[in-house]
Amino acid sequence: MAWKRFAGHKAALVCSAILGFLVLAVVLSPLTTRYGVNESVKAPPNSYLSPSKLAWLGTDDIGRDLYSRLIYGTRVSLLIGLFSAFISVFIGCVVGAVAGFRGGRFDDVIMRITDLFLAFPFLVALLVVRNMFGSIGWLTFIIGDVSSLRFIIFLLSFFGWMGVSRIVRGQVLALKEREFIEAARASGASRSYIIKRHLLPNSIGPIMVALTFSVVGAISGEATLSFFGYGPQPGAGATSLGLLVGQAKGAVQTGYWWIALFPCLVLVVISLCINFIGDALRDATDPRMDAGK
Amino acid sequence: MFRFALRRSAWAIPTLLLVTFLVYIALRMGTDPLASYMRSNPRATRSKIAQYKELNGLGSNYVTGYFSWLKNFVTFNWPKSIKGSREVWPELKDAIANSARLGAAATAVGVVVGLAIGIFAALRPGGKRDVAVNTAAFVGISIPPYISSILLQLLFAVYWSKWFGNTLFPTSGVYPPGQEGFDLVLMIKHMALPTVVVAIQVIAVYSRYMRSSLLDVLNSDYMRTARSKGLSEFRVLMRHGVRNALIPVITIAALDIGAIVGGLIITENIFDYPGTGKYFLSAFGNGDFPLLMPLMVIIVASVLLFNLIADISYAILDPRIRLD
Amino acid sequence: MSDSVLQIRDLRVTFNTQMGELRAVRGVDVDVAPGKILGVVGESGSGKSVSFLAAMGLLPKSASISGSVMLDGQELIGAKKKFVRSVRGRLLSMVFQDPLSALNPVHRVGDQIVEMIQSHQDMSTHDAQKRAVQLLEIVGIPQPDERALQYPHEFSGGMRQRVVIAMAIANDPKVLIADEPTTALDVTVQAQILEVIQTVQQRFGTAVVLITHDLGVIARVADSVNVMYAGRNVESGSVQSMFDHPSHPYTRGLLSSLPHEGVERLQPIAGFPPNMLAPPPGCGFAPRCAFATDACSAELPALRQFDDLLTSCIRAEDLRIRSNS
Repeated sequence: MAWKRFAGHKAALVCSAILGFLVLAVVLSPLTTRYGVNESVKAPPNSYLSPSKLAWLGTDDIGRDLYSRLIYGTRVSLLIGLFSAFISVFIGCVVGAVAGFRGGRFDDVIMRITDLFLAFPFLVALLVVRNMFGSIGWLTFIIGDVSSLRFIIFLLSFFGWMGVSRIVRGQVLALKEREFIEAARASGASRSYIIKRHLLPNSIGPIMVALTFSVVGAISGEATLSFFGYGPQPGAGATSLGLLVGQAKGAVQTGYWWIALFPCLVLVVISLCINFIGDALRDATDPRMDAGK
Repeated sequence: MFRFALRRSAWAIPTLLLVTFLVYIALRMGTDPLASYMRSNPRATRSKIAQYKELNGLGSNYVTGYFSWLKNFVTFNWPKSIKGSREVWPELKDAIANSARLGAAATAVGVVVGLAIGIFAALRPGGKRDVAVNTAAFVGISIPPYISSILLQLLFAVYWSKWFGNTLFPTSGVYPPGQEGFDLVLMIKHMALPTVVVAIQVIAVYSRYMRSSLLDVLNSDYMRTARSKGLSEFRVLMRHGVRNALIPVITIAALDIGAIVGGLIITENIFDYPGTGKYFLSAFGNGDFPLLMPLMVIIVASVLLFNLIADISYAILDPRIRLD
Repeated sequence: MSDSVLQIRDLRVTFNTQMGELRAVRGVDVDVAPGKILGVVGESGSGKSVSFLAAMGLLPKSASISGSVMLDGQELIGAKKKFVRSVRGRLLSMVFQDPLSALNPVHRVGDQIVEMIQSHQDMSTHDAQKRAVQLLEIVGIPQPDERALQYPHEFSGGMRQRVVIAMAIANDPKVLIADEPTTALDVTVQAQILEVIQTVQQRFGTAVVLITHDLGVIARVADSVNVMYAGRNVESGSVQSMFDHPSHPYTRGLLSSLPHEGVERLQPIAGFPPNMLAPPPGCGFAPRCAFATDACSAELPALRQFDDLLTSCIRAEDLRIRSNS
């Protein structure tokens, strides 16, 4: 039923196809790229070549193939997006479920904190907390220093769980009101049984939706940080979408349009596709839609 | 109403203190204010360093340190910036004025256009224009402000002048270099592109909120009652539909102030616009604690202020909210 | 020319749905005498509400409407939108089923009445406010001048329904349509609301159409009855005759399912109403009717005079002989 509705969402199907194509290109990356990430195009002079047969999407300042670098960069960005989305959703589920079930003081405090974080300018909070975490010795020992991928994933997860926890908390509160939970309680079911049998199946839709939006959030979070020079430095010329978009800033005034356009395009296409998919998932799993149609 | 506002603002003060305390800790740990100072002033005398530590509340204890910073802050005994040893307030004041102007323009444009588009889409749910608006809103949400900034810059800074031989919208600053005094036309021209960038975000968000909120309202019984009175469709829509649909939109709007400020920070940096965003990133880059703390206080205070305004307007718009 | 203030002839309403054409109303005739109360009774889905929403022009655009609705000699179906709007709330007004959701929660009760007055009369706001307070008093709301300044959520369900009635009669309409005005209310409050409606009818000579599925309500206040089933009239006439000697098996079923003293809700008759996406070619009640013959299912029976009633049952004569013997 839900799947049928999702399939009926044409835009989401097209987006899934585009995204699938991109993911495939990234997964098969040594096969799909034409040059190494740090390799120059073999045609001197090779810097700032405009798009041609030689370099499909042109080259950058030191003659590296933009097309190949985009695929490597997308790989890093998707990795960051997926990892931190999963961690965020996991933390969010746990905190939201506990807050919803426990209620009381714990619930109040958690919700106050999420409110505060959601209201605070994201970039400011991200940068300040980034530096604070980076200064804590034992923490950087575990999650790596500020320029590592692990650190960025941790940082983005730290900010990512709040939206999810709100959703899960809402689900728990709604479920608590419903009779079948009461019935399960009355028949002596344990809390973990209730969570497993009733809460999870009912929340899986909203959680999936939250997951897709978390991926977008993390990818654009990384891109924002990188854009201002506070992102990961994957080392050895490796790159990310954010770093590539960051180079676009300088390219604008000089008129090397491809350096600005293509990384931006890839980033926008990815977030647009995931957003559309998330929206279609929301429509497809919304129980209200069953009653409506 | 007045007592309600008073009680809410009374709550805001402890929150402000708590959050600024947390920010104080985070910044002390993250920017290492003492090291930054030593880097800029390698030959500072011992008494200069002691004075710097005293003014910024950089004692070894975070709690007492915070309170000595707070005492200096509220008595307007502000330390000078690390870089260039400048007075902080004049700089901050200008940055806030510029940002507020940009933010207000973008919010005004964004809210008006966004609400109008949302209403327009909700009138025929599932129709062609609804789908078009929905898709456009998605594209708007999916384009981060730095990307729309870059694309607009590419278009106007590079190609417009190439094609038409003039500069329609300048892509940096508030005034051209060397401009003295106030010039409204120049200012608007400079503000146009960054305003568009921030407004796009606001439009994308508000049109969707308004659409879904209005759709809920349009299906309610009192809309039918209003029609049964023989009112014109326009009056039914505005006085009974939009008026009620605005209530949930207002609450969400308060949460959005953070997003707008965030958008400003990014946009200002790209357009080289001398607002708080540029101020923040350069101060943050230099680890300039004396510049950062007052800005943080302003940001936190404005977030709380807008929450307060939203709470109050919510209570005004919806009589069902109990004020006590 | 009849002496009806509201005359409906051969009204048909079809909804275009995803599943096909839903024929909610299939040729309904109604006559409302000036200053009288007409009860319209039927199960939910019988088309009774839809018929009058169509007369008010309040159906969604997906509905196609044909037939004739004459109000005070003026045709409403197919009339200019602006004209219909000027009639709505002035000559013809409506009270809805659920008073809890019929009022806009964000406007003061008095203002909602003022809006009704000013949309049809050129009256200053001050005068309109005075009139609103007066109306609230007429429908029996204590301290009307204070209550006018309150919001709907400060009123109980019964009080809100009084407000809706006050609003509906603000412009002295010729006809007041009350669509199940008491269904959502407590039993004790129901009687009060019916009294308010009767007061209005007697004091201002307003004709009332009282839509209900509660025969007890009809018996208490109505002058004449119109029984509807599957989008058609099955029987109409005076309350007296209808309760005394009903001619249609459906009406008999309704009456015999009435419990005696106490609860006056309808007990359902065995079987279900027909699917209105594909209504049967003959009498809609035939599949559930104990007296049905092949002729009943052959073609739609027309409404005809039988004694002092109008009936659509082709076997009315046979059935009377049988019940007498």
